[in-house]
Amino acid sequence: MRTTLTPEQITERLAKRFAEGVAAHLPPGEGSSQLAIVGRDLLLDVLSFLKSNPELSFDFLMDVTAIDHLHFEDPAIGERFVTVYQLYSTTHNHRFTLKTPVPEDDAQVPSAVELWGSALWAEREAHDMYGIRFEGNPDLRRLLMPEDFPGFPLRKDYPLRGRGERDAFPQYLDSGPVSRQAAGASAEDAPEGPGNGEGDGE
Amino acid sequence: MNKEREITDKPVEQDPPDHLGADLLRKGLAEDPDYRGEHPEPRFFITDETEDDFGGRMMTLNLGPQHPATHGTLRVILKVRGEKIIAADTEIGFLHTGFEKLAEHMSYQQWVTVTDRMNYMSAMNNNVGYAIACEQLLGVEVPRRAQVIRVILSEFSRLADHIVCNGLAGMDVGAFSLMLWAFERREKVYDLMEAVTGTRLTTSYTRIGGVFRDLPEDFEEMAKSLVEEFRRFLEEMRSMTLGNRIFEDRMRGVGVIRGEDAVNWGITGPILRASGVAYDVRKAMPYSGYERYDFEIPTQEDGDSYARFVQRLAECEQSLDIICQALDDLPDGPILSEDKKISLPEKDEVHQNIESLIHHFKQIMFGHGILPERGREVYSATESPNGELGYYMVSDGEMNSYKTRVRPPSIFHFAVLPQLIEGSMISDAIAVLGTLNVIAGELDR
Repeated sequence: MRTTLTPEQITERLAKRFAEGVAAHLPPGEGSSQLAIVGRDLLLDVLSFLKSNPELSFDFLMDVTAIDHLHFEDPAIGERFVTVYQLYSTTHNHRFTLKTPVPEDDAQVPSAVELWGSALWAEREAHDMYGIRFEGNPDLRRLLMPEDFPGFPLRKDYPLRGRGERDAFPQYLDSGPVSRQAAGASAEDAPEGPGNGEGDGE
Repeated sequence: MNKEREITDKPVEQDPPDHLGADLLRKGLAEDPDYRGEHPEPRFFITDETEDDFGGRMMTLNLGPQHPATHGTLRVILKVRGEKIIAADTEIGFLHTGFEKLAEHMSYQQWVTVTDRMNYMSAMNNNVGYAIACEQLLGVEVPRRAQVIRVILSEFSRLADHIVCNGLAGMDVGAFSLMLWAFERREKVYDLMEAVTGTRLTTSYTRIGGVFRDLPEDFEEMAKSLVEEFRRFLEEMRSMTLGNRIFEDRMRGVGVIRGEDAVNWGITGPILRASGVAYDVRKAMPYSGYERYDFEIPTQEDGDSYARFVQRLAECEQSLDIICQALDDLPDGPILSEDKKISLPEKDEVHQNIESLIHHFKQIMFGHGILPERGREVYSATESPNGELGYYMVSDGEMNSYKTRVRPPSIFHFAVLPQLIEGSMISDAIAVLGTLNVIAGELDR
């Protein structure tokens, strides 16, 4: 039977089952839908409850992604990274969003791949872009970036535009990349921001 | 200039201004400089020397990234014994352009042009999906006329995408003229797109709060004659393929996806519906007024390549019905939201009165622009020709989004390819890949 629940009703059911472990969070603004924040020790329990409970029965894991909160601290998260799970139920036609904070110095979360196959590549991409390790995911190779690429491009401290393609692969340079600061340039005379073309293909 | 730089470069400011990147790269890897992922090598590169019963050897064969049957820069690594695929692995990312990173550095209106480049077979659906996500983020109402225009053009775009996918799938299994016919009809759709948007492929037609410009005067005539032509064409396509012995032999029973597997793997769109699950965002969670139109969600039982081919033809019929209803129901009125904080004023107005000039200035200049509430976030899903196209956006109250994530349907479809083709023949792999309609631009972003 189809009974579409609102996000508030879903968080209520989560709170009933997991008590303190799950925190409800309502983003500001009109028409925002409530989401739940869960610690990573409880993540798999909550996900499997969301999947198997007949009232919720989220059979689709639509997407897994992450946010880097480096320049925009969110008191509800309290850590640098957060992984975001988008769920959908074809049985009841409702959606839900779940977040799990991930600390910077120990960037790993349990993988949801046991529950949903779609987690395999979604987590692989989140790992590729943010460097968050999904423990238990059998295939955490690079997805979009080349396999010998250092760094994680969607982190906020990764610049939009760097020196050029060759410098992203230090192993192909004889001397390795030379830091501009090491070469004597101070912070004041740094060239213009992204878009001036300087530094490309040097 | 300095002032501008301060604003645009804000994220870099809080760190030492090493805009050159290499130091930052190293800093990101500080905890584990050698870490590259769990399995840095593709699963197999070297020819396996084990002999089979007939003294043959296993061979590693690359299908793509330049093979014509991959329809884009996709690489499938096959381990074959004779013609039989023993194992398969995939590699993508050849077209990775950092669209999501760009979204964090471009204003909301600017990024519309980037969405064109994702699924370039149906740019309009990407435009519409993105615009809807932004509108939800800002809480803007879209005028009714703009919504109907979006529906009509999205459905034409869907038609073009579906028939080209079917045409190419046909070409892959030997029906070459199918591809030529499909491309001929797609050009007609592009003529229509050109008349409306000014461009054929990269439409960039939507604006947040509406669309970029109104329809041309003779649009209704053009659209109606195109609908008629499409009805004839679908009949032609059907009579050429369905019931054709060669076509059926190649397509039936290959790449079978069961319904529950499809759901588990996050497969959406025509591929999911060809496996018997009737999930369509247009019905499940209607947007842009889809609830006003009377249409069905066709489904197939088999879940094989043939079912996916038939499914796309069946969806074309529904799209034509929607277009006819939307054309009859096209209201007059504005095409862009009246909210001057969101939509740019007319150019004439900007030249003639001060308020419009101020609105224009406030939207264009750095540090102003469209500013959603800080902390607001939204996941918005629309039905693109390939499946559920989701945009997840987070705002930190600045002029560019803090985080934009695209959920491309193709990536989940391509992830299952190795499972679908392992154990089958190489020629079947081509027939499967053709009907999955994997678009490299959307896959790699």
